[in-house]
Amino acid sequence: MRAVAWLFVSDRITPEAVAKVAKLARLSLSDDELDQATHQLSAMLDHFADIDALDLDDVEPMTHPTPIANVMREDIEMDCLDRDEVLAAAPAAEDGRFRVPPILGLDD
Amino acid sequence: MSDSPSAAELPTSVGDIAWSVRNNITSAADVLERHLATIDEREGDIHAFNLVLADEARARAAEIDDAVTVGRDPGPLAGVPIALKDNLCTQGIPTTCSSKILDGWRPPYDATVVTRLRDAGAIVVGKTNLDEFAMGSSTENSAFGATRNPHDISRVPGGSSGGSAAAVAAGFAAASLGSDTGGSIRQPAALCGVVGVKPTYGAVSRYGLVAFASSLDQIGPFTHDVADAALVLEAISGHDQMDSTSIRQGPLHLSRQLDMGVAGLRVGRITDLPEGASPDVAARLDEAFDALRDAGAEIVDVEVPAFGYGLTAYYLIAPAEASSNLARYDGVRFGHRVEAPDTNAMYMATRTDGFGAEVKRRIMLGTYALSAGYYDAYYGRALRVRRRIAADFAAAYERADVLLTPASPTVAFHLGDKTSDPMSMYLCDTYTIPSNLTGDPALSVPFGTGDDGLPVGVQVLAPALEESRMFRTAAELERRVRK
Repeated sequence: MRAVAWLFVSDRITPEAVAKVAKLARLSLSDDELDQATHQLSAMLDHFADIDALDLDDVEPMTHPTPIANVMREDIEMDCLDRDEVLAAAPAAEDGRFRVPPILGLDD
Repeated sequence: MSDSPSAAELPTSVGDIAWSVRNNITSAADVLERHLATIDEREGDIHAFNLVLADEARARAAEIDDAVTVGRDPGPLAGVPIALKDNLCTQGIPTTCSSKILDGWRPPYDATVVTRLRDAGAIVVGKTNLDEFAMGSSTENSAFGATRNPHDISRVPGGSSGGSAAAVAAGFAAASLGSDTGGSIRQPAALCGVVGVKPTYGAVSRYGLVAFASSLDQIGPFTHDVADAALVLEAISGHDQMDSTSIRQGPLHLSRQLDMGVAGLRVGRITDLPEGASPDVAARLDEAFDALRDAGAEIVDVEVPAFGYGLTAYYLIAPAEASSNLARYDGVRFGHRVEAPDTNAMYMATRTDGFGAEVKRRIMLGTYALSAGYYDAYYGRALRVRRRIAADFAAAYERADVLLTPASPTVAFHLGDKTSDPMSMYLCDTYTIPSNLTGDPALSVPFGTGDDGLPVGVQVLAPALEESRMFRTAAELERRVRK
């Protein structure tokens, strides 16, 4: 199954795929920007196809340089950031909370 | 109050400044004023800073001088003017990442490195310019304009920590901090003719460093010389419980070993190093090997077959992590917001307006690499390549104690040369990227000049937590240049 999956690396990216990715990333692109992004991402993916030739079947993924996991600290009370100071840095706050525009009802 | 000493009498290195301030020979105020005067003279041409903190710095210098007067020791970096890359959080002081999306944000806390520098007696003189969110190799991708190379203002200082490199090179600060995700300390250090160090991943706390790619990011110093870099790294390294990836050990000890020389040290030459270094840079590298051999080191040939795949692995992994890390800039908790009728539209409008072109490009690349159907083909394979690279380096370090490569393929290039072709910019990172993937330390030390008399940096690489032999090697190269 992986042997099929990695063939995608040398596929060129389509404008439709770029548009979908932009939407997932909450970015809106003009038609010109979409063209340019498609062109640039294609060029990058072409370059990145160099790893297609590698046989990586027996290689474990490496997500992190250090082999540490589940780092815990002592379960004791500690100071945390001051709520008013944190809210003061927000674009909008009200009643001790972040204020946002309506979430429901207006979505496409 | 005595007459101010002339600038020529004032110490310039980190070590000399701290020594003379602690011993009441020079005042922190005089040292600071000299640096502020230099900023006044040249900052208009160079634009190293997003923000100069002259008033705060003067108040801090007065505190340090008062402490010395009453017999208290301000610390090992007493009175040392230091600049901070503007992706390091400073409480109550704007921290922008050179992005419109964080314009106006004042962090509610200090990064651990900032706290440690202050505790050591250093004086923060300003926040330095960078490629937006540290994404770039020229400091041209800044929402606040490009930084210029102090050696030739028609050229870039490198990036992304170009402001921090330029600040030291121009004499605006005795030292600075940058962050290095794929070479963002070492490449600008090379282009600006200063020392730049990326420590072992986890040796310096990332708490308060605005995240770009969390498994690759590491904070490190820029300084005029190797001994100064050792002093700053000693002050900022060591475990921090606020960073879960912080290594559980004390600060690095480096300064006392700098004079040990390199006799018997095995220095590796990578025979299958990717091509791309220009002839002037390649010539300096050859001379660096010769210099170390003359100093008693043994030069050994090693192979790192997967080295050349680092660029691909990096430009899939780093954008993937960035696309996740930068999801937090949504106009809700900090920074910039573009109002819209509903939350989703507000997210879209805020991010579209707030991020620059390179950041958008990398977010899209990363989102693509992580998206359903492509995850295994891109991100998953990149992580396997990363393991392969780490294994190749581990094998090379069986035969060599340190490795030498160029830090940057070329000397500083002209502004605008690479901005229209992202891939050409990414190739600047060819030699620096592997150390971020493996987590091993690496530094760039100035070693002569190349085309047009511009600085060349040689990169010294070492295994994780072996900063000591890396610094010894760099100190030897520095001594040879000065001879």
